[in-house]
Amino acid sequence: MSAKTPSKLEKIMAAGHLGVTSECGPPRGSDPDTIREKAELLRGYVDAVNVTDNQTSVVRTSSLATCIHLKLMGIEPVLQMVTRDRNRIALQSDILGAASFDIFNLLCLSGDHQCFGDNPQGQNVHDLDSMQLVWTARQMRDEGKFLGGSDIKRPPQMFVGAAANPFADPFEIRVPRLAKKIEAGAEFIQTQCIYNLDKFEEWIRQARDRGLTEKTFIMAGVTPFKSAGMAKYMKNRVPGMDVPDEVVKRMADTPKEKQAEEGVNICVETIQRLKELDGVKGFHIMAIEWEEKIPEIVERSGLYPRPEVD
Amino acid sequence: MIVADKKPVEEIIDYVKEHDKILVLGCNECVTVCEAGGKKEVGILASTLRMYFANQGREVVVDERTLERQCDHEYLEEIRDISDQYEAIVSIACGVGIQFTAEKYHSTPVYPGVNTCFLGVTEQRGLWTERCQACGSCILAHTGGICPVSRCAKRILNGPCGGSAKGSCEINKELDCAWQLIIDRLKSINRLDLYEKMFPIKDWSSDRAGGPRQVVREDVQI
Repeated sequence: MSAKTPSKLEKIMAAGHLGVTSECGPPRGSDPDTIREKAELLRGYVDAVNVTDNQTSVVRTSSLATCIHLKLMGIEPVLQMVTRDRNRIALQSDILGAASFDIFNLLCLSGDHQCFGDNPQGQNVHDLDSMQLVWTARQMRDEGKFLGGSDIKRPPQMFVGAAANPFADPFEIRVPRLAKKIEAGAEFIQTQCIYNLDKFEEWIRQARDRGLTEKTFIMAGVTPFKSAGMAKYMKNRVPGMDVPDEVVKRMADTPKEKQAEEGVNICVETIQRLKELDGVKGFHIMAIEWEEKIPEIVERSGLYPRPEVD
Repeated sequence: MIVADKKPVEEIIDYVKEHDKILVLGCNECVTVCEAGGKKEVGILASTLRMYFANQGREVVVDERTLERQCDHEYLEEIRDISDQYEAIVSIACGVGIQFTAEKYHSTPVYPGVNTCFLGVTEQRGLWTERCQACGSCILAHTGGICPVSRCAKRILNGPCGGSAKGSCEINKELDCAWQLIIDRLKSINRLDLYEKMFPIKDWSSDRAGGPRQVVREDVQI
């Protein structure tokens, strides 16, 4: 797979290196320093930084505005875009807006249902679904066309990705679903947080058997636990999460003051095991409100220094 | 059918409390089946209102009537000669019937006595569930006869989303994941191959998005 866009993330993975991304959740306010401080913690340790789009349906500074802050700091952003809040007019418009700032990475998602957030009485849009948004972005880039058929002056140049949850049900269609996303145009995939490694390896094996790992860059998603409580919460409360009992037990059996360290240990061990797995092309490390741990995780996992590309 | 649910009686009282002569108007169709607006419910609501006014020491006439349908001129005309006698009508038909009654009896206030909920089925007595959002462009042939527009919380046409767990939707464990149902059904009719095709972007102009809709059938017009 050769690089088709100016995206640094794409170039790094296309050159055969493992890509590394992390994320920066925009603030619940308009203070740009919060964004800059978070992003500064990640500088040099990751190839690109995902900016979440009103994650868990809680209102925050917009993903696009936050991406622009990152871009102006010289940090490569991955614009996350959910189909929950905008129709096809707004989605295309925001893609152009991002392109006008030379934002080169886009991750297309459906978004958590609004009932999880702070405006459960709101409408949701879902004019397009995430797969159709992938298709739209590729259409805009490759054909230089809007959905309405007109030509785009200076089309966006974006490395287009989607999410995959190997752990959601029904398991049997998880790989066919990945195939559909790739068919729609997904050039990279960031997965749900992986704690059940056996199941993930089975998913990758099936994807490999269908030749999918040669058609898209699969970035394995990991999130360090800060505490045993977080492990239990993720297991029981977060939709689509698969945290095996032994992982929860390992956290719970660790003395409280050592739990954060143990969470990082589990995360590093996961990356080390998955680095060897054929079909994994990178890691998406989501240290939720714990960005300061990213340098340690990246270094201990043997992913530092990050490669340079032109 | 169109499924409706009773409004809290306090809300209805609040609408009609200033009136002295009220007609409670039911409908023999869908709302009778879902036990929200038929003859039986007309009787219950009228009695409740009478009791309320009696407790207030007020003499208010509350009459009862149930029409075959409130969505047809023919049946609505049946109250033409009596409609002037009332200061207000509480219609407990669906939102369609309530509006058609209001259009027809232009100078009489018409209040809703139910909340109109969805197009659905009786799964069992006392449990009605949604099946259709009348998007105006049916896709059931592609989805094994199960509709993701009405039954998926995100109306995802290429589902399921990452929140599908053990057959349930992420928003509520009691709710079936529509895409789990679709996949199960495609399997049982040996058409899982349909799942592999990406469903293209849908034209929503026949949906609510396109503005108030009409069906014009010149072939059946008189």
